[in-house]
Amino acid sequence: MKAALTSELRKWTSTRLWWVLLLVMAAYMAFLAVVMAFSVTIEPGDAGAGATILHGTDAALTVYTLGNALGYVFPLLAGAIAMTSEFRYQTITPALLADPRRSVFLGAKLLSATVIGLAFGLVGTLSSVAAGAPILSWRGDGAYLGSSDVLVPVALSVVALAIWAFVGVGVGTLITNQVAAIVVVLAFTQFVEPIVRLGLSAVDALEGVAKFLPGAASEALVGASTYASLGMSDLLGRVPGALVFLAYGLVLALIGRFTTLRRDIT
Amino acid sequence: MISVDHLTKTFGTVRAVDDLSFTVRPGVVTGFLGPNGAGKTTTLRMLLGLVAPTSGSATIDGRAYADIAQPGRVVGAALEAASFHPGRTALDHLRVFAPQVGVTDQRCREILDMVGLSEAAKRRVGGFSLGMRQRLALATTLLGDPQVLVLDEPANGLDPGGIRWLRELLRYFAGQGRTVLVSSHVLSEVQQTVDDVVIIAGGRLVHASPLADLAAMATRHVEVASPDESALRAALDGRGWAYAPSRDGVRGFEVEGVTAAEVGAAAFAAGVELHALTQQVVELEDVFLSLTGQAAGGAVETTEVAA
Repeated sequence: MKAALTSELRKWTSTRLWWVLLLVMAAYMAFLAVVMAFSVTIEPGDAGAGATILHGTDAALTVYTLGNALGYVFPLLAGAIAMTSEFRYQTITPALLADPRRSVFLGAKLLSATVIGLAFGLVGTLSSVAAGAPILSWRGDGAYLGSSDVLVPVALSVVALAIWAFVGVGVGTLITNQVAAIVVVLAFTQFVEPIVRLGLSAVDALEGVAKFLPGAASEALVGASTYASLGMSDLLGRVPGALVFLAYGLVLALIGRFTTLRRDIT
Repeated sequence: MISVDHLTKTFGTVRAVDDLSFTVRPGVVTGFLGPNGAGKTTTLRMLLGLVAPTSGSATIDGRAYADIAQPGRVVGAALEAASFHPGRTALDHLRVFAPQVGVTDQRCREILDMVGLSEAAKRRVGGFSLGMRQRLALATTLLGDPQVLVLDEPANGLDPGGIRWLRELLRYFAGQGRTVLVSSHVLSEVQQTVDDVVIIAGGRLVHASPLADLAAMATRHVEVASPDESALRAALDGRGWAYAPSRDGVRGFEVEGVTAAEVGAAAFAAGVELHALTQQVVELEDVFLSLTGQAAGGAVETTEVAA
């Protein structure tokens, strides 16, 4: 397993795509943090009607955990691409020749993606903190960088983003066509889940379902949610949320193990 | 030693490999031959544990590939020239598989040097020619210094110099007592490399023997026809040649193992009028083509005779 993990980590470090994703994420998170920090601290005037003012730690959390709330598509894509590129470039063949144990292959892929996901978590979270904190302390109630109420969710946001990469490998194992996997990830994260979350929370009978969606579960793990802080959605508790979130990755990977990775490699 | 035993694989209704049995002995280069779609790659993929056989088995030194603890140290296998991430450099490609084979970065560099790619070590594979990819694929198989080499169409895309280099390398490995199995859809490509041949067509074994035995099937004969059949017979009998009535239905004979010049001279000496005198040569490649049912036109009939 150690050899397989080293091999997987070398696959990551010897290609460029995830670096590009990481840089784009850093820039995007910093940009969103600036926008969000201003929008939660500026009094609504004529132009800003409808904006919600957040106070204290709520403002800090909303800005600092933007990585998990809006940037999770990056580690998710990285994880999905790590698996689908094995099929796209048929490197699955030499990979399984080097070690025919397919569960070891999948396990090493999941673990290595989680390690790389931590890098996404650190970079995404640090860049939203670095960009947002000065604005919060200047315009708002303060940066709250010494408060454990803020730091614990910030640290968990790093963990959640790492798990998104893990879930991404699960997605890629199930949908091995790279283009299809990317389209599904983008469509789900950018349109389907946000719309479904808002839609479900608008229907009383289905309100409870929304919190089991992967994005909501990840926010439950972090303990901060842009949706929830804006009063749009309920969350699970931290531990149940974490379990639901992890289950997405595990279930996808398991289904992939018994479909994609059980088939003939031709 | 590679042993394929009653191996069968069906994809839906297609029988890609059909009750195939053969062995590959160490110390020689064995050519695994057949036209495209004959089932060569499917057979190799079953041997390497990538495709599950419908029935039968394929083993390497008595073990299934999946049961070999560190397979890269026992078997070096390359299946497609396309199995590379285009964004990865040649050296990184080898480094990715080095941990499982259990070799160092230094070994990766040595192997690149050995296949003539040391200049390209830091270049991305996306810009490689087919020949360079073949060399890199071969380098991957050699990482663990394995006793068994399984190469699928390794000569594909190599220039004549590359084919010669590959031939010498494979002969060198066989000379060390290793087992070398090389597939190809063109006999002439590997004719000078292989000692043994295993020929399949339509998923079935059609011929397995040392190359020399196959070469013995490459005969030549002369077609000769005369209006005076009995005089021609007498002339041929006089030389003690073996002959048979022509298969083409023309009035005439096929004379085995002689040249047209010899037959012409014999007829001239005997004063026999000739209406046809044709040298028929069956090359080794023709034998291969007829064995695999690829020969054009009427020659397919010879398939049945030869097989």
